[in-house]
Amino acid sequence: MNLTILPIQIILLIFLVFAVSRVVLRLKEGSLTLGAFLFWAGIWVTAGLAVIDPGFTSYIALKIGIQRGTDVVIYLSLFLLFYLIFRTTILMENLREEITKLTREIALLKGREKK
Amino acid sequence: MKNEKLIIVLPAFNEASVIDRVLENLKRELLLISNLQKEIVVVDDGSIDKTSQIAHKHGVMVIKHLINRGLGGALGTGLEYAKMSKAAMMVTFDADGQHDAKDILSILNPILNNRADVVIGVRNIKKMPFDRRVITLFSSIVTFVFFGIFCQDTQSGFRAFNLKAINSLKIKTQRMEVSSEFFYGIKKHKLRLVEVPIRVIYTPYSLKKGQQNSNAVKILLKLILRLFR
Repeated sequence: MNLTILPIQIILLIFLVFAVSRVVLRLKEGSLTLGAFLFWAGIWVTAGLAVIDPGFTSYIALKIGIQRGTDVVIYLSLFLLFYLIFRTTILMENLREEITKLTREIALLKGREKK
Repeated sequence: MKNEKLIIVLPAFNEASVIDRVLENLKRELLLISNLQKEIVVVDDGSIDKTSQIAHKHGVMVIKHLINRGLGGALGTGLEYAKMSKAAMMVTFDADGQHDAKDILSILNPILNNRADVVIGVRNIKKMPFDRRVITLFSSIVTFVFFGIFCQDTQSGFRAFNLKAINSLKIKTQRMEVSSEFFYGIKKHKLRLVEVPIRVIYTPYSLKKGQQNSNAVKILLKLILRLFR
């Protein structure tokens, strides 16, 4: 393990600590479910491990059959981004559906009053 | 049969220029059906013109969405209203003037004779403009792939439903993909489907208001997305 810490590692670590604190805060607020908390906390802690010890990514890379540690990070990041875009699209669809339900309820209620 | 209720749902979005004539024709044709209680329901999907006011003058039920939710949203509201009113039959009819009110009896007949739970009014594909023909065929194939039902005109807005269909169908989609969603319900609840030929009045207005060519891909994407929800 390389114990010399580079400035970029410090910057990234500060960002990751901030990200983890946001996740904990959102869980306390109740706007994140336990599953989502574990998911996000897992992502940021793993990223933290990779920042502290870049050799960690090479270890994972070798384990899963990719040659370079940086490639693992890029592949996983892309995969994660696609997945998150997909989840956001589904979430938006669900939100649209909820808005429609609300609009419908109000319209039917008003219609009934007129009747 | 005498006291059974028939609800005609017209989803309408900014149809002030045509809805007067559409309602006039519809009311005239409904007078010929004497053995049912009939109610016309205009679901104004957040129009910013005088669609609601004009419909009100005709003495029909007007349900107004505060904001525009799309065809599926409006049809879903009509369906909910039919359930609440304990309607035995429901007909959906486009408010843009493309349907001929004279076809209402032919649409209802399979329901009245207990031959169908759902009736779709199919437009003559040969009389459609070329781009519409392509979309209609594409939609039929997509619907067949997704739901295993082949219908000549899945995007037709002229449909009839009996009590079983009214109570079992649920609409979740909000926009044009609703036309395909009906087939999901038909398949899921094993409803009997009958197709009936209908006339279509193509005007520049109805062509502009109807299914846009670019919607075909959007509908396909939304249907795929629905599989993952």
